[in-house]
Amino acid sequence: MAAQKIESRSVTELSLKSWQYRREMLRIIKQAGAGHTGGGLSCMDILNVLYNQVLNVSPATIADPRRDRYVQSKGHCVEALYVVLADRGFFPSTELDTLCQYQSHFVGHPTRKVPGIEQNTGALGHGLAVCVGLALASKQDRVGNHIFTLMGDGELAEGSVWEAAMGAAHYQLDNLTAIVDHNTLQITGRTRDVCSNEPIDQKFAAFGWHVQVVDGHDFAALTAALLAKPQPGMPTVVIANTIKGKGVSFMEDVVKWHHGVPNDAEYALALQEIDAAIALLGGSPS
Amino acid sequence: MSAPAPSMYSDAARRRAELLGLKLGRPNLEVFADTLLDLARADRQILVLTSDSRGSGKLVPFGQALPEQLIEVGIAEQNLVGIAAGLGAASKKVFAVSPACFLTARSLEQIKNDIAYSDHPVTLVGISAGVSYGALGSTHHSLHDLAALRAINNIEIVVPADNFETRAAVIAAVGCGNPVYLRFGKAPLYGLHAAETKYQPRRALTVREGRDIAFIATGETVIHALLAAAELEASAGLSCRVLSMPTVRPLDAEAVLLAAAECRAVVTVEEHLVHGGLGEACAGTLMQAGARARFKIVGLPDEYTVTGSQADIFRHYGISMEGLTQTARTLLARAEQ
Repeated sequence: MAAQKIESRSVTELSLKSWQYRREMLRIIKQAGAGHTGGGLSCMDILNVLYNQVLNVSPATIADPRRDRYVQSKGHCVEALYVVLADRGFFPSTELDTLCQYQSHFVGHPTRKVPGIEQNTGALGHGLAVCVGLALASKQDRVGNHIFTLMGDGELAEGSVWEAAMGAAHYQLDNLTAIVDHNTLQITGRTRDVCSNEPIDQKFAAFGWHVQVVDGHDFAALTAALLAKPQPGMPTVVIANTIKGKGVSFMEDVVKWHHGVPNDAEYALALQEIDAAIALLGGSPS
Repeated sequence: MSAPAPSMYSDAARRRAELLGLKLGRPNLEVFADTLLDLARADRQILVLTSDSRGSGKLVPFGQALPEQLIEVGIAEQNLVGIAAGLGAASKKVFAVSPACFLTARSLEQIKNDIAYSDHPVTLVGISAGVSYGALGSTHHSLHDLAALRAINNIEIVVPADNFETRAAVIAAVGCGNPVYLRFGKAPLYGLHAAETKYQPRRALTVREGRDIAFIATGETVIHALLAAAELEASAGLSCRVLSMPTVRPLDAEAVLLAAAECRAVVTVEEHLVHGGLGEACAGTLMQAGARARFKIVGLPDEYTVTGSQADIFRHYGISMEGLTQTARTLLARAEQ
C-alpha cells in the first residue's frame, strides 16, 4: 500500500476491537430502531482488518490522491462501517446517536456526506464497477494505491457485478480486490435456495480473477489475504466465509436478523454475551 | 443500418433556409468528437468511455490519436456509467458515450446513484438520441431521457441545436464540476447563430426576435421552428420569436416568462415524448409564475411511435416547417377567440 503504512495489531487486539465494534453497532441500531444487524455482524471482522491493518486511509489522508480506496458495495451494512470510521477518528462517535434521525447524514446507506465514505451506495451491484473506474485511474496515474470493495454474496445475483468482473480482468486490474461477505443468507433465506450463485470461487476464476477463500472471522487469515501481493495482471477476489449475525449466539445464521432490531431483553442478552467475550480478552466495553 | 433517409426538409423548407442565408453544417456528433479531441490533446485528464460505440460516436479518430485516453467498456452500459463514476471520483474528466436509448434507460440507476447522488463531475453523452435511429424502431429511440433525467437531482441536461452550440456545450461541460447529460443526434444541421453570438451555459439563445408567436425549442427541432417562424412572417406577416433552449435543466425560466409576457402564444418543440420534457418544464414554469399563456407542446405523442426515418417521424408528428406553421396558426386563432 502507498503512503504511510498503518502499524499492525495483534490478533488479540483486533479481536477485542471487533467485540467493541459489535457492541457499539448493536447500540446504535437499538437506539435508531433500524439497521442491518446480521450482515453488519458478519462483515465486522473484515472492516476491522481493512481499517486497522490494510487501508492507508485516516482522517489525515482522506483527501490524499495516494490513499487506498474502499467502496462498500453492500451498502446496507453501513452501521458496521460507521462504527469503524468513528473509531478511526473520522468523526466523533457521538454523531452516531443521530443514526436515521431527521437531518442526520447518518442514513441507512453510505453517503459521501459522512467523512471517510468514498461513494454513495445502497442499490446492490454498483460498487465493483465504480472500483474498476478507480483502479483504472490509479493505473493511468501510476498512483500505486489499492482499491477495495465489499459485496454480499446475495448481491452477486446482480448482472452488473459480472459486467464489472469481466471488465476488471480485461483491464488487468491487479490493484483491485473485491471481498465477498459469504454468509450464505439473504433477506429471503439461503442464497443457494433463492437463486444459487455457487460455486462463487469457480465463477470468479472463470472470469479471470485470482481467487482466495478465507475464514472471514480469522484475523490473521484476512490480514494475510488482503495484504498479499497480487497476481500480476489479475484482480483478486477474497471470498470470506462468514456467519451472519456473528458474535451473538441467537442471531448467528438466523435469517430474521437480516434487519432485525433486538427488543430490550434480546439486547440485554446480546450485550451480556459480548461483554463476557470482552472481559475474557481483558478489555473494557468501549 | 438505417435505410437511406429521405430529406428532413421539404423543398419549400429548403428554399426558406436559403432565403435566410442558413448554411448546412455537420452532424452535431461529429463536432462533439472533434471538439473533444481538440480538448483532450491538451489535457490528459480528459477520458472518453465507449460501449462498443466508438464508431457510432464518431470517436474512431479520437481512439487513433489518443489511445490511452479512450477506454472501451464493451456492450455493458451499466458498467460504462459505474466505471465513469469511479474515474470521476479519481479526478478524471470523463465523457461516457453511448446511444441515448441505452445510456439513459439501462444505466439509469447508475446515473442516479453513482454519478448524480454521489456527485461526480462526469459528462454522459447520449448519441443518436430521440428518433435519430428512425426505422430501427422504438428500442433504439430515446423519447424518455429528458423526463427521466429531469426527475433526478443534480444533473444538467444539455441538448445542442447546431454545431456552434455543440462545441460551446462540450467546452462548458469540461471542468464545470457537476454531472452533465449531453444529447446529440446524427443528422447534419443548419447553423443557427450569427458569428458574434455568445453561448452562456444555462441560458436560452435568441435565434429570432418576435412578438406574436414564441417558439421555444431544443436540439434538432430548433431549425424547424426557425423555418416556421420565417414562413409565418413571409406568408402572414406574423412576427415570431425563436428561442433555442440547449439547457433543458436547469431551465432558463426568465427567458420563458419573458416570451410568454411579450408574445401572444407559446409553442414548445422537442424530439421527445410530450410528457416530462422541455414543454412540461416550460408549462410548469409559466403556471407557477401565474402566467396565462396560450400554450402548445409539440413533441411525440403518447402512442406507439409511427415507423419510418427520423424525417418521416418528424413530419408525421408535425415537427417540420409546415407542421409548426399550422400549429402556430391554430393556436393564434384560438388565442383570438
